[in-house]
Amino acid sequence: MAGITLRNLVKAYGRVRVVHGIDLDIGNHEFVVLVGPSGCGKSTTLRMIAGLEEITSGEIRIGGRLVNDLPPRKRNIAMVFQNYALYPHMTVRDNLGFGLKIAGQPKEVVAARVQEAADILGLAQLLDRTPAELSGGQRQRVAMGRAIVRHPDAFLFDEPLSNLDAKLRGQMRAEIKKLHQKVNNTVVYVTHDQVEAMTLADRIVIMRDGHIEQTGTPMEVFNRPANIFVAGFIGSPPMNQLPCSAEAGGLRLADGTVLPVPARLAGKVRPGAALILGVRPDDISPEGSGLLATGEGAMVRLTVDIAEPLGMESLLYSRLAGQEVQSKVFGPRLVSPGEVLDCRIALDRAHLFDAATGRSLEAA
Amino acid sequence: MARILTSRRAALTPLLLLLPAIATMLFVVALPLVFSLWTSFTPYRLTRPDTLYDVIGLRNYIRLMSDAAFWVAFGRTVLFLAIALNVEFLLGLGIALLINRITWGQRGLRTIMMFPMMFSPILVGFQFKFIFNDNIGILNNALQSLGLTDQAIPWLVDARLAMFSIIFAEVWMSTSVFAILLLAGLFAMPRDPLEAAKVDGCNAWQVFRHIMLPFLMPFAFIAMTIRSLDVARAYDIVAVMTGGGPAGRTELLWTLIARVGYDNARMGQANAMAYVSTLLSVLFTWYFFRKLVAARRYMGGAQ
Repeated sequence: MAGITLRNLVKAYGRVRVVHGIDLDIGNHEFVVLVGPSGCGKSTTLRMIAGLEEITSGEIRIGGRLVNDLPPRKRNIAMVFQNYALYPHMTVRDNLGFGLKIAGQPKEVVAARVQEAADILGLAQLLDRTPAELSGGQRQRVAMGRAIVRHPDAFLFDEPLSNLDAKLRGQMRAEIKKLHQKVNNTVVYVTHDQVEAMTLADRIVIMRDGHIEQTGTPMEVFNRPANIFVAGFIGSPPMNQLPCSAEAGGLRLADGTVLPVPARLAGKVRPGAALILGVRPDDISPEGSGLLATGEGAMVRLTVDIAEPLGMESLLYSRLAGQEVQSKVFGPRLVSPGEVLDCRIALDRAHLFDAATGRSLEAA
Repeated sequence: MARILTSRRAALTPLLLLLPAIATMLFVVALPLVFSLWTSFTPYRLTRPDTLYDVIGLRNYIRLMSDAAFWVAFGRTVLFLAIALNVEFLLGLGIALLINRITWGQRGLRTIMMFPMMFSPILVGFQFKFIFNDNIGILNNALQSLGLTDQAIPWLVDARLAMFSIIFAEVWMSTSVFAILLLAGLFAMPRDPLEAAKVDGCNAWQVFRHIMLPFLMPFAFIAMTIRSLDVARAYDIVAVMTGGGPAGRTELLWTLIARVGYDNARMGQANAMAYVSTLLSVLFTWYFFRKLVAARRYMGGAQ
C-alpha cells in the first residue's frame, strides 16, 4: 500500500503539450477519480503513472519511491484496461495467476491467491474457461481479479466500464466500490463519466486540456464548483448558465428580469460586473413540486417547450430570459408543452461566476 | 397427374443447373484421379499403351515397400521439409518483428520483401546454380578473394553441401511467406494485452514469449500449411540445381517420381509412388491444420 505523488508532471509529444505540469497527492488507501472530457490528459496521466508512457518532465513517486525511470514491471502497480486486455490464449485461472507466475511465486502461493481473488469476485465457477467464453461483465471481473492477486501498491483503472452496457455498468460500479472497501488499496480511476466519478471517488480530480480544474470530494465539487467548466461537467443534467449583469438592485438577466443576489455572495458582487448565474435543474421547479426549499428563493415565469416524463420526475426544457433552461418537476404533476409555469429558483444553492474568467465568485 | 409432373420437374431444376459444374469437376478432377489410380494397378509404360489393360493388382505398391531408393527419398523429403519450414519460420519471424518496429518506410520494405516470391522457381534455381557453381560460381569466387578458402568448395557436388544449397535457395525464395503472414499477425495484435503483461511484471522477452508468440502461432500455422504443401511437391529448384544428383543424393520424392515416370517411362510405378507421396502431403496438411484449429479456438471470440 502506498500513496502516489505527482509533481509538475508534463507530457509532450514533440511540441504539443498534452499534460501541463500537474501536481497531485494521492493518499494511501484513497480512491481518486480523474475525470474530464476526452482529450483532457487523464488517460495519459494514468499511463504515465503506470509507466506505459514516458514522462517529459516532472516527478512521479509511488510510496515515496521515485519511479520516473522504472519500467512498469518494477513499479508494483496493477492496471485494469478499458478493453479488459485479458490474455486470450490462457484460461481465467492462468490469466489471474500470470503475474505471480512471472514473479516466480511458488505454485501453492499462486493457486491460493487465485482462489482468494476468484472468491472475492465470484469467478470460482469460471476458472477453466478462456476469455472468449466469457461475457463482458465476467471479463471485466477477471481483469480486476488479475489486478488484486498481485497485492500491488496501487490499482490503476483506465475507463474500465465504458465497454459495458448501461445496466451492467451500474452493477460493476457497485462491485468496484465493494471491492475497494474489501481490499482497501490506493486506486486511481480514469473515466469520462461524471456519474462514475461521483459515485466511486473519495476525491475527484477534474481535468481539462491537460490542467487540473478542481480537486475535491464529490460533494465539494458538486456544491462548490470552482469554475464554470466544473459546474457544467459535474451533475446531470448539467447546470443552467444564465448570463447576467450585476446592478444595485440585483442581477439583471438578458430579458430585463431582475433577480436578487444570493445572500452568501452579496459582498462579492461588484456592480456592473458581467456574471453568469449557475442554477442546477433540481433548483428550478414549481412551488411544491420540487426539492423542499426553505432558503431564499426567487420566482420566475417559464414557458415549457418540451417535457420528458421519467416516472418519478419530469425533465422540462423551457425558456427563461430568451435562453433554454432545464428544470425538474417532481411527482405526479404532469406538464404539457406550451404550459406557462411559475417556478421558484433556490437562490441559496445558486452559483455566480465571473463571465470573463469563468471562476466562481465564492472562491474569490 | 400434371401436378406430379410439375413437382418432379421442380425437383430436377437444381440438378440441371449444377450439371455444368459437376461435369467440369468430373472431367478435370475425378477423371485424372481415377485414371492415375487405375494405372498404379497396372505395369503401364508410356511407350507401350497396351499395358494399360494389364492389371497386376498391388504389385507396384508391394515393390514400392521394398524400394530403398524410394524410402530414402521419402525420408529426405521429410527432413528437407522440417529444416526448410523451421528456418523459414525463424527468419520470417525475425524479419516481421524488425519491420513491425520501424515507423518509416514500412510499406516499401513490405513490398521489397515480396520480391523473391515474384520469380519463377526455375529461374531461382538457375540463379543459385550459378552462385553455388564450384568453378565459376560467385560464392566460391568471393570466398577465395577474401582469402577464406584456397580451394573450390564443391557446393553442388558434395551430398550434404548440395542439400544445404537447395534448402538455401528454397529459404531465400519463400521466407517472405512467413514474414508476410506473421507481419499481418503483428498488425492485428491488440496492444492492450502487451501493456497488461508489462504492468503484470513481464520483461520484453517474457512479453514476447508468453503473449506475442501464442498470438502469432495461428498465423505461423497458416504459413506452415501453405508451405508444407509447397515443399512436399518441391521439384523445380531441385531439378534445376542438382537434378537429384550427385548419384541420387539430393533426390526428393517428386524428382524420383518424375524420373521413374518420364525418363524410365514406368508410369504405373510412378503413379503408385505419387499416391504414397500424396499421403505425406495430406498428413502434413492435416497436422498443421489441426494445430491451427487448436491455436485459433481461444482467439475466436476474443476482442
